[in-house]
Amino acid sequence: MMTATFLILAAIAVAGSATAMSLRNAVHCVLALTAGFLGLAGLYLYLGAQFVGLTQVMVYVGAVAILAVFAIMMTHHPGEPEERFSRLWLSGFIIAAAVFLTLARAITLAFVASPASTTQAAAPSVTAQQIGDTLLSRYVLPLEIIGLLLTAALIGAVIIAMDPKDDPSHTEEEATQ
Amino acid sequence: MIALMNSGAFSAENLDQIFVLAKHALLARTPGMLQPLASAIISIVPLMIVFPLLFAITTILERKGLGRMQNRYGPNRVGPFGLLQPAADGIKALIKEDVVPAAADQLVHFFAPVVFVAAAFLGYSVLPIGRNMVLVNLNAGVLFFFAVGSVVELSVFMAGWSSRSKYSLLGAMRAIAQMISYEVPLVLAAVPAIMAAGSLSTVDIVEAQAGYTGIFPHWFLFTPWGIVGFGLFLIAATAESNRSPFDLPEGESEIIAGYFIEYSGFKFALFFLAEYLGMFATSALGITLFLGGWSAPLSFLSFIPSWIWFFTKLLALIFFFIWIRGTLPRLRMDQLMGFAWKFILPMALLNVFVTGLWRFLPAGPLNSIRWAVCAAVLAAPCIVLSQSLKQKKKLLLRTYHFAE
Repeated sequence: MMTATFLILAAIAVAGSATAMSLRNAVHCVLALTAGFLGLAGLYLYLGAQFVGLTQVMVYVGAVAILAVFAIMMTHHPGEPEERFSRLWLSGFIIAAAVFLTLARAITLAFVASPASTTQAAAPSVTAQQIGDTLLSRYVLPLEIIGLLLTAALIGAVIIAMDPKDDPSHTEEEATQ
Repeated sequence: MIALMNSGAFSAENLDQIFVLAKHALLARTPGMLQPLASAIISIVPLMIVFPLLFAITTILERKGLGRMQNRYGPNRVGPFGLLQPAADGIKALIKEDVVPAAADQLVHFFAPVVFVAAAFLGYSVLPIGRNMVLVNLNAGVLFFFAVGSVVELSVFMAGWSSRSKYSLLGAMRAIAQMISYEVPLVLAAVPAIMAAGSLSTVDIVEAQAGYTGIFPHWFLFTPWGIVGFGLFLIAATAESNRSPFDLPEGESEIIAGYFIEYSGFKFALFFLAEYLGMFATSALGITLFLGGWSAPLSFLSFIPSWIWFFTKLLALIFFFIWIRGTLPRLRMDQLMGFAWKFILPMALLNVFVTGLWRFLPAGPLNSIRWAVCAAVLAAPCIVLSQSLKQKKKLLLRTYHFAE
């Protein structure tokens, strides 16, 4: 069932992620990772999940990659690391394997549970409208909680970035100096 | 010839669909196996010719128009009235040496303009430029447009970082900060049109604005939230395409040309092309969302082909952008950010709310009340917000000590 389209997209995703892990320059890593994200987005689109695929591009390429790039530019990173692989590779490998097994189990279980998996049913086409309807009816509580969490994070970011001049404790410190 | 005219081949309807019919005629002549490929090529190639051509026309219009506004002639040496100036510019860009800084990151430096142009072109695939004239009718078309737009930011960063120049890095930081800040209000300004049409598909959004009351069209522009939405969209689009008064990323007097200063020759031209293509695409999206897409502005003008209307509206918006560039001075960085987050963003959010209000207030005989309520809900916070953001500094007449 592996078509050429799938193979190309999967190759982009895997190659992008693998390159992101093996390159030395942090910015190159981010760019390679972005290619991996785009490959993943292509896979979603290929599966007919337009909304998820395009949101993947918007969030991961438009926001996460830019955030990573800004983090690299704003922080001081002296030289490049000596070793190509971290010394903690074993624990990293264990965590990755555990995550993979959990996800694989969840996905295979989901397929066993649904009766449609026995016959090759056509993939359901989910429109943005359906996703919106479900988000605002069945999943409205999780949505609100996430919204609250993000607002809290936003306020936290503003407080961290705020000018310390407005803070009375800082002015006292400056006065004593 | 006469037989063709008699059979109605030149009727308004056929003229409207002339490109669609031409495509069908061409497709009928290709062998069956090649048809999907031929169909894609026939649809894509005209887009890739027409819009760069429009870019060439816009450069001369802009230079002439700005010259006019600044009391000078503008280019008038190449060809009649200087009309062949774009060709001269293009040839110059092609035959110039391509200088790459020695310290530059070669690969990223090369790919930045390529990614930029590719992303700029991708946006056109969902824009309906006439009746039945859209490359792909995605049911998440508007989302596709914004998703592709977000790739542009990354290419700007690639250009600025890979050049290893402080000016280009500063320009890239400015550009990305500005694009991220104005992308939020741009998307939020588009939301009301999507809400009213009930669809993310650009074709459905144009369909939702079809029809006329008397001679006036049902464009989203002619609603309180439409006016505000379109205004916010235009402001955010100006900033998103790095145009004056939001041209800080390439402010000549501050950081020379910003993120693409270390580019030369054709790559430099590619950045220009991509920026203009981005501006056209965003304007076209604005037309699709608020100005009824390709529909005629008055009902009795419907006989003029839809694609002519689309390009007329696009040229009008381009003229508007040129006009603004000739009128307003550049903003300061903190003014730019403050404007986006303190004024545009709250207004865009309020506009989304008002669109919901508009939807649930009764129409019909009470339409004028609905209009008044929505306009008041939008206007009052706007006035309060702009008053409270006004700096309390007392402005005095400036005195120049040595320039009297």
